[in-house]
Amino acid sequence: MEELFFKSAEALGQMLAQKSLSSAELTQTFIQRIKAIDPEVQAFLSLDEEKSLRQARASDERRAKGQLLGPIDGIPIGMKDVIAEKGQPLTCGSKILEHYISPYDAAVTERLHRAGAVLVGRSNLDEFAMGSSTENSAYQKTRNPWNLEYVPGGSSGGSAAAVCSGEVPLALGSDTGGSIRQPAACCGIAGLKTTYGLVSRYGLPALASSTDQIGPFARNVADLAVLLQAIAGYDERDSTSCRVDIPDYRRLLDRPPKPRRLGIPKEYFAEGIDGEVQRAVEEAIAFYGAQGHQIVDISLPHTPYAIPVYYIVMTAEASSNLARYDGIRYTHRSPAATNALDIYFKSRREGFGPEVKRRIILGTYVLSSDHRDAYYIRAQKVRRLIAEDFSRAFEKVDAILSPTAPTTAFKFGEKMNNPLQMYLSDICTVAISLAGLPGLVIPCGFSGAGLPIGLQLIGKAFHEGELLAIAQQFEKAHDFSQRYPKI
Amino acid sequence: MENIDVDPIAELCRIALADEERKTIAEQLNTMLAYMAQIKAVDVEGVEPMLHASAIHSILRDDQPGESFPAETALLNAPEQKNNQILVPRIVE
Repeated sequence: MEELFFKSAEALGQMLAQKSLSSAELTQTFIQRIKAIDPEVQAFLSLDEEKSLRQARASDERRAKGQLLGPIDGIPIGMKDVIAEKGQPLTCGSKILEHYISPYDAAVTERLHRAGAVLVGRSNLDEFAMGSSTENSAYQKTRNPWNLEYVPGGSSGGSAAAVCSGEVPLALGSDTGGSIRQPAACCGIAGLKTTYGLVSRYGLPALASSTDQIGPFARNVADLAVLLQAIAGYDERDSTSCRVDIPDYRRLLDRPPKPRRLGIPKEYFAEGIDGEVQRAVEEAIAFYGAQGHQIVDISLPHTPYAIPVYYIVMTAEASSNLARYDGIRYTHRSPAATNALDIYFKSRREGFGPEVKRRIILGTYVLSSDHRDAYYIRAQKVRRLIAEDFSRAFEKVDAILSPTAPTTAFKFGEKMNNPLQMYLSDICTVAISLAGLPGLVIPCGFSGAGLPIGLQLIGKAFHEGELLAIAQQFEKAHDFSQRYPKI
Repeated sequence: MENIDVDPIAELCRIALADEERKTIAEQLNTMLAYMAQIKAVDVEGVEPMLHASAIHSILRDDQPGESFPAETALLNAPEQKNNQILVPRIVE
């Protein structure tokens, strides 16, 4: 049975096609797995067994009639609890939305329904996706399946740990500054932050609107391609959704990619990168060189400013976006409030955790009239310089390779009292978010302590297909994505 | 180093803070702002602010009424409601 838990979605799809088992059986098996190990992993905030089995049986009926909806029809998927699904909770990891039930489906949820997927449950996250360890969840601490004393990364730590531990073959996450890529690296699975505008944000409560994106987690690159196919595409309900041609991502795979120019940005290998991480990434680069790709040294000179710019822009946008959680319309309302204004102050005090308060206050400060020019406006200007670094680099190279995070997963509590140290976990991912580019992560090694190391592949806007092909070439020549935690 | 006075900021963003919380947040924000201040060293002369990752502006749909939620659905999560409306304490005396 253990083999089933760690099979790819594609392999499970083949088993469904050969009728070696039904989607109902498959779904039941994964739900039993979750029930058995999630008390330890703590990846899921809620499960809906009855609804999942209903969806699975509907898939089985479609299969019997020859009316399958595609490659993920009947496959169980985990959803980060920040993506709306009608009738399901949408806590965003926050007490302020503890009793909220989504009145509608997010665009990606509709698309998953149209693809026949079985949405088994809602996965844990840092409150409002603010964090890099999932420790900021108001509900529970998700553990890293490779070593339960370590964090799974964040903010999509629940989705990453669920895929990693064989609780689901696929999951969706969201990435504002690294929230898919860093947990994928910490858990040793594949994750993709899509180009800004490729996947609709409709039904994703806004954190930092100018960088928020939804993307897939999977056990391997081919599955990542299949799940991306299901969710990508124009949606008129998201004003930043782009009208671009969506290729058949899966068909671009399984043959070696054409020789490419791969850029190695020296700033991503600077001080602060752990030696084991650096070695693993350098070995991956050497692999690509040996495969006939041209390795090109490049510079992204504004990289050192990416963290300050990101945390100014992000907190500013978040402070504005989170104003909607006011205790009036659809959130927790403080029973202690005595008048209307009091509802705001007390509901928000009771409903938000420390990190969310910290970021709202910082964001309000950088937007306040006395400091707006020095922080917010200036950060937006430096943001352009960061984006232009990438534009210049992509005149010389087709893709960029880097570490995903400066270290492997860290221990619980290690960075909780030092928010700035926690922010520095995102040093390799935030610039890509600010520039709106795609970033794909695959495992490229393990530390001596047995924790996974992630390679980040950064592409030109809307070149996900190319990134998938380059990533798969490495994956096929190594066994990292076939290693599973013993849990 | 700047010293944030947290109270007026917390007032602006409508968050009540306990005394201890106020002290911790003030210390942490001062550390962060000192770190953020490094962007002041960047030459941004003539650089336009970048507000968004993509170049799309002002997407408007045709002014046609579309479907929207019935009131009951929209009020599904309201903390207090009456007669299809959200109930709040008296605002105007």
